[in-house]
Amino acid sequence: MRTFLSRYLFSTDHKTIGIQYFVLSVLAGFVGLALSVVMRIHLSYPEAKIRLFEILWPNGAPGGVMTPELYLALLTMHGTIMAFFLLTTVPLGGFGNYFLPIQIGAHDMALPRLNMLSFWTTFLSFLVLLAAFFVEGGAPLSGWTAYPPLSAAGPIAGPGQGTGQTLWIVSIAIFCLASLFGSINFITTTLEMRVKGMSLFRMPLTVWAWFITALISLFAFAVLMAAGILLLLDREAGTSFFLPTGLLINDRALPNQGGTPLLWQHLFWFFGHPEVYIAVLPGMGIVSTILANFARKPVFGYKPMVWAMLAIAGLGFIVWGHHMFISGMNPYSSLAFSVLTLTIGVPSAIKTFNWLGTLWGGRIQLTTAMLFSLGFVSVFVTGGLTGIILGQPSLDIYFHDTYFVVGHFHMIMGVASVFAMFAATFYWFPRMFGRMLNEKLGRVHFYITFLGVYGIFIPMHFAGLAGNPRRYADFTQFEFLQDLTILHKFSSHCAFTTAAVQLLFLANLIYSYRRGPLAKDNPWNATTLEWLNKTPDAVHCGAYEYSVPGDTKDFRMQHEEAR
Amino acid sequence: MLLALFIGIVTLVTTAGVVTRRFWLPAGINQHAAAFDSWLGIVIAILGIAFLGAQIALAWVIWRHRDRGQRAVYWDGSPKFEVFSIAIVTVLFLGASVGGARLWTGVHMSDQPAALRIEVLAKQFAWNFRYAGPDGRFGRTKLDLRNDATGNPFGIDDTDPVAADDVSNAALRVPAGQLIELRLNAQDVIHSFFVRELRLKQDAVPGMEIPLRFIAAKPGTYEIACAELCGLGHHQMRSVLIVLPPAEFTAWLAQSKNP
Amino acid sequence: MTPTPHVHPPSPPGQHRRASFTALYAGMASIIMLFGAFTSAMVVRRGASKDWRGTPAPQLLWVNTAVLAASSVVAERARRHLRNNDRVHFNYWWSGATLLGAGFIAAQGLLWRRLVDAGVYLNSNPGSAFFYIGTVAHALHLFGVWLWMFYLWTKAVRLQLGPSRRTGVDVCTVFWHFLGVLWLYLMFLFIYWGNR
Repeated sequence: MRTFLSRYLFSTDHKTIGIQYFVLSVLAGFVGLALSVVMRIHLSYPEAKIRLFEILWPNGAPGGVMTPELYLALLTMHGTIMAFFLLTTVPLGGFGNYFLPIQIGAHDMALPRLNMLSFWTTFLSFLVLLAAFFVEGGAPLSGWTAYPPLSAAGPIAGPGQGTGQTLWIVSIAIFCLASLFGSINFITTTLEMRVKGMSLFRMPLTVWAWFITALISLFAFAVLMAAGILLLLDREAGTSFFLPTGLLINDRALPNQGGTPLLWQHLFWFFGHPEVYIAVLPGMGIVSTILANFARKPVFGYKPMVWAMLAIAGLGFIVWGHHMFISGMNPYSSLAFSVLTLTIGVPSAIKTFNWLGTLWGGRIQLTTAMLFSLGFVSVFVTGGLTGIILGQPSLDIYFHDTYFVVGHFHMIMGVASVFAMFAATFYWFPRMFGRMLNEKLGRVHFYITFLGVYGIFIPMHFAGLAGNPRRYADFTQFEFLQDLTILHKFSSHCAFTTAAVQLLFLANLIYSYRRGPLAKDNPWNATTLEWLNKTPDAVHCGAYEYSVPGDTKDFRMQHEEAR
Repeated sequence: MLLALFIGIVTLVTTAGVVTRRFWLPAGINQHAAAFDSWLGIVIAILGIAFLGAQIALAWVIWRHRDRGQRAVYWDGSPKFEVFSIAIVTVLFLGASVGGARLWTGVHMSDQPAALRIEVLAKQFAWNFRYAGPDGRFGRTKLDLRNDATGNPFGIDDTDPVAADDVSNAALRVPAGQLIELRLNAQDVIHSFFVRELRLKQDAVPGMEIPLRFIAAKPGTYEIACAELCGLGHHQMRSVLIVLPPAEFTAWLAQSKNP
Repeated sequence: MTPTPHVHPPSPPGQHRRASFTALYAGMASIIMLFGAFTSAMVVRRGASKDWRGTPAPQLLWVNTAVLAASSVVAERARRHLRNNDRVHFNYWWSGATLLGAGFIAAQGLLWRRLVDAGVYLNSNPGSAFFYIGTVAHALHLFGVWLWMFYLWTKAVRLQLGPSRRTGVDVCTVFWHFLGVLWLYLMFLFIYWGNR
């Protein structure tokens, strides 16, 4: 019993912790996915009586028809679960924990006990969040951005704004703590635990990405923590940071004086924008590695890739205002934020060019991992380009808070990151579990998902062009929205199909874990250290020495000496 | 290879959607909307070219360099290419930022005097609009007088003589062709004033009074939507903007006295 | 579910010590961000309305500041004795630092008690709110480090520390100094800026 606990539950081994993070996040991801399916059913068939809804939420869906407050609660929980417990945890907590140490030749993370603590803190945070579903009033309905006064005024602002909202804030604060512990660990490990010869510019781009992501979350989550504390005090202790004078909610006057709702938005987006990069940077690292591997070529422009990630990380902290163009913020600062925002597009574009350059002249092998990486590049381009529209206040004035934004950020933050996770899962599964994932199932999964996500999110862009506001519980109250029903129906049906195909992935994971063909030591003929089962004494070359002229093999592992 | 095909398909379908404009912005009703549409057209054209270029390049590379047993070339970068692409992208993106700036300053930084000021009070889940009446001055309001049941959502204080000719209404009526200044305020949570045909959106924030100026040129009725999540009735927070010929508007205002 | 076993060479000497310091600096960076966020919130909040009424500054505050400063000096002395392998003196001084640290935390409790008695509550005005948030957040961090200090003290009295086993003491002391400096910053913010 003691060994079971210390080996599987309270293990300090980075590999076990990585798998714990991975399992928790896959679970969270499926919960978030299920919520989105339920939401899409309601949006397409607002009047339908669905027995399952009534069973799940007797108060939220009386007679099987979803109430607006339940819809908004699902929306909040979907966003929160996906942004925090999937996009933030899998790439960094899961794959980062497992592979960062072995890719730099370290025996473990620098602070193994802190590592265990960050996982269990994350787990606690997830439980607290889920508890919001089971309290009076249900989960909060203020969205994952939780703008006050809606989020600060308490239960009079709406169902779910009582205990549910409090649990949400507490959960996020705990999550901040977990992320800070994790970041400290990643930074320290990268800086201090590298094997001899592993200079910074010989590190795989995955390590760079995790390192930079850890730096971002070190700074960003500390600020979210502060914001969360202030919000909690406004709710529970009668302070007035975000609550202005003269609030009259539901015919009740609030005693608060002098606060400003915009303060929350500044603090939240100071975290929230970097959060996008926390989600997508590890994906960039993973995709760079996989593209190089299956094109059998070095990464094109390794150093520019590193500098681009550093630039994105740095600029990411000074562009938060582009979420606030129409918030009532000073219109002059909007112009400044716009220039900075479009500047951050430059390093992102450079990365795209370099990925194409990596493929150019290669010998492209379309394994499932490669398919998902190529899919990543495609959706990254699609989602990135619409950002050029949203980054201009003059155009954002129309598109802000429409489905155009929903389509945009799902493409670039959601789908792109998730594609990278799939790619990473297919690529590293053999290293993690000793067996290969089923490629045939993987391909079917990929192709349907690829068409599916375009089918879900491109129609949303068009709904946004037609001015469809987001976060509407149904589209029946406005004349102009009637015309867009067909777009939403199409989008929903694509979502149902795509969601169903994810079960194939789950089945693949479970089946291959038990029955998959045994993996060879280095099944992809890769160059990086995780494919050795022994930490080398030193490394002698960069991370992507594929097809080196004169070599007999078409890859040279990092510990191999040049001849 | 299927992937190259699929990338081609989604690219073409998306492009077709943009070209056919089956789902698009509604016709604008003022000069700002016209300027907005032409700038959006330029931006979308440029982004469209970039989109097509990048996706087709990706599909083509996948097909062109598929595994036929060849040995990959060893090419790990080109500083010239990096500098060149940085230069192009920077010019393009910063150009976008500068090009759109005039549109923005036109909305938020003009100093023309407004012909008519209207107070907007947003609340869960309704819009209210107040006109100053012939005297051009808004009367005093008090928080504890606010009451929908008595038809006084603004809490206008009747003891103030200035308030006597104030008019409040649940629909926004404006005279066509005149510069209107809305003063947006919210009494409970954040809401957002959005009229598609004006190509305008502005949050109404409790504790702030935010100006928003526009000229509506074309008479007609247009829907006002709330664009900031404000609670369970967010999706039904609807009102209408009724643009009237100036004479009709004056007549309406004159006969709409507060009770 | 056993991951593939992995063979490792021994860690190079000094790696653990360097890693401990790097982790400390990373932790400091995030603490600076946390208090930076509080500071900017405070500046914005003060500018947002005219209800700012300054922050309280009872006499006890100066006593506490002196206690904290003394604890830092004492801990520094202790650290030097350990480096010179003078374990007896280390134990004296480290015990002193631990006591002074506990004294500061207790005195902070007294301080808050006095303020509440004087009618200064968390929600009285923004100034008092930020004062409580800042000092409580500081005290929580300090208490965490103090627990570690105490743990090191239990090791010290069992003579389990020495010049080659002093990383914990060094990191703990530097962290303690950092929290001392943070305290001075908070005093500047609340007492000087807050009442200006």
